[in-house]
Amino acid sequence: MDFSFTEEQEMLREQVRSFLASEFPPEHIAELAESDEGWDPESWSTMAELGWMGLSIPEEHGGAGMGFLDECVLFEELGYGLYPGPYTSTIGVALPALQSAPGVLELIASGRARVTFAGAEPHGARAIEDTDRLTTSAEQNGPGWTLTGVKEPVADLAIATHVVVTATAGDGTGLWLVEPEDDVVRPLGTVDTTRRMGRLKLEGHPATLLVAPGQGDAALGQIRRRADAALALEAVGVAQKVLELARDYVSERKQFDKPIGSYQAVSHQVADTYMSTELARSVAYWAGWSVAESTEDADRAAAAAHSMAGEAAVSACERSIQVHGGTGFTWEHILHRYYKRALSISQFNGTPATQRAAVAATLLDH
Amino acid sequence: MDFRDTPDEAAFRSTLRVWIADNLPEGWRDRAPSSGRMDESVSRVWSKRLYEAGYAGLTWPKEFGGQGAPYTHQAIFLEESARAETPEHIGIIGLGMAGPTIIAHGTDEQKSAHLAPTLSGEEVWCQGFSEPGSGSDLASLRTKAEDAGDHYVVSGQKVWSSFAHIADYCILVVRTDPDAPKHKGITYLLVDMHSKGVEVRPLVQITGDPEFNEIFFTDVKVPKSNVVGETNAGWGVAMTTLLHERGTLGFALTARLEVLVGKLIALAAETGADADPLIRDRVAQQWIELQALKFTNYRALTTLMKTGVPGPEGTIAKLHWSESNQRLGKLALDILGVRAQLDNEDSDWSGFWQYQQLRSRGNTIEAGTSEILRNIVAERVLGLPRSR
Repeated sequence: MDFSFTEEQEMLREQVRSFLASEFPPEHIAELAESDEGWDPESWSTMAELGWMGLSIPEEHGGAGMGFLDECVLFEELGYGLYPGPYTSTIGVALPALQSAPGVLELIASGRARVTFAGAEPHGARAIEDTDRLTTSAEQNGPGWTLTGVKEPVADLAIATHVVVTATAGDGTGLWLVEPEDDVVRPLGTVDTTRRMGRLKLEGHPATLLVAPGQGDAALGQIRRRADAALALEAVGVAQKVLELARDYVSERKQFDKPIGSYQAVSHQVADTYMSTELARSVAYWAGWSVAESTEDADRAAAAAHSMAGEAAVSACERSIQVHGGTGFTWEHILHRYYKRALSISQFNGTPATQRAAVAATLLDH
Repeated sequence: MDFRDTPDEAAFRSTLRVWIADNLPEGWRDRAPSSGRMDESVSRVWSKRLYEAGYAGLTWPKEFGGQGAPYTHQAIFLEESARAETPEHIGIIGLGMAGPTIIAHGTDEQKSAHLAPTLSGEEVWCQGFSEPGSGSDLASLRTKAEDAGDHYVVSGQKVWSSFAHIADYCILVVRTDPDAPKHKGITYLLVDMHSKGVEVRPLVQITGDPEFNEIFFTDVKVPKSNVVGETNAGWGVAMTTLLHERGTLGFALTARLEVLVGKLIALAAETGADADPLIRDRVAQQWIELQALKFTNYRALTTLMKTGVPGPEGTIAKLHWSESNQRLGKLALDILGVRAQLDNEDSDWSGFWQYQQLRSRGNTIEAGTSEILRNIVAERVLGLPRSR
């Protein structure tokens, strides 16, 4: 039994943290969040050069041939730094759908592709498995395929070069790859402007088959558990950052001649935030390891982690805003941006309660 | 990172499982489920068997009768004991608090007199820390010890003392210098509970059980050779005791919670409550919280193994366990509905859940109230300004 990251993984963590601290200080994140593009495209190639895009991509496709646990370090640190860019969409969600597309894997590893996942349909509530209401259809035309339907909301759509799309054909659900032109993409107003949503409208749009119709549900299970774990790690990073902001603020800010952190009504909220963050971190690391090792428990570990870490991040932000007083409620302060990211994470593919329902089924239904 | 047992851990675990199955006392498995309570005579037998098989004091040095084993073995021992629902070792205070304190600060004579009989369960310990006027503010204690040459004369009152009614020895903190600042006039003593002038009165808890006691000391003679550490330097010794109380507790508590979650799932199934989405959500929440505790303990253990110092993760284990255990008890009663008012042999599970729920209210008070633990997290872990 060993619950620690390797020395290499700890070095990677240091590297990511210092990169984000120097390249993405809070003012720059605010600037990007309010810009038309919503991100800094140059950061993508820099991150690729640092080797972060291809961590788990096999060496023969230009990657480093490492594992999901190495990527977990990235998810957590990018959450901590509130990185505005499609890393989680590409590496945390879409990547496992691309095993049959080695060309795209090479593009990702070299920083030339950004991929997102289009699973939700209008009025749907889940970003990955919205299969109950799946109306987008795929049709075979000679050697290729075409897709018709509307996908929304799709995270990071406007800045993606490729989109993995769920659709139905004769034998059931499958996955296809689309390279969308501007005219099939419409950006949508989004609460978390560091992870913007969009609508993809396909009308007989050419597509490449990734997972054959009928085999989509199994593939979606794989994608979901990996995404749940990735988002849980990102949530832990968010919670850790807002905990530190709260700790620093209540130590400095004085009222009635004393730092407000000396009042237990305040300090106990910060202590509770620490507790829930550490508990969520434990479950998230367990989920990351379980997914990396494909253990029997991986599905429910990932669901448990997403439920717990999503809630921990949201409540950490809420408590942090509270102990910051009026300052924490201003647009100028970075806190609301973390809060919106935390909400986005915890609502992504089912809520904490739907995740718990999945866990309950494994415990109670035999 | 690897959550699987190493070959050595797996071997230890499987040997232990077989040993437990072969050695559980006669009739223990068939007892009524209401036995959330300790059975003294069974615990004495069990303690002796554990000692003879080398399972008591796993992490204690070999020279003191321990095994010098890594902490992971102790963690596995606690997990497997809880899963098999074995009896408790009679020396909960001795193994968890008195023994480690004597190992850290005791004299050679104290070590050879007390450590082996503590492990075998022949010497039972109780703790004399809290007083009617000194709870969370332990350093305000007033039980006094007056210097009488080669011994002290102790007078005062201690409270909330588990096992005092059967204890042979007490780890006692007393005031030896009333004029010194409050942390500096305290001395740590080992007191023979069979001494003249020691009187123990049971205190009945909300469960109806007299699990703990008041201890009255009236002019009790304690030899100076029973001082642990230096005279007037007992505060630091007491902190060692409290560190061990909270440090080793996490695994045992979490393992017991794991057993309770299993029973809760069985209760939900047998009552049909597992069809209710609200109950399902709460059961899942309990299970997830259990995993969080379990893996937080593992993280603390990894830190301990790598650095020799327990990580801050351990501080939150007791805090969270106590609250999770309370929620679990309430959930069980909610599943029973109006039948939760029935008790003892007239109730489902012979009063097991009623006892668990009431007993759990003590969890956020004993071994450091949740309020004090939150102060510790705020001030010592997060470095926030002191509240007082």
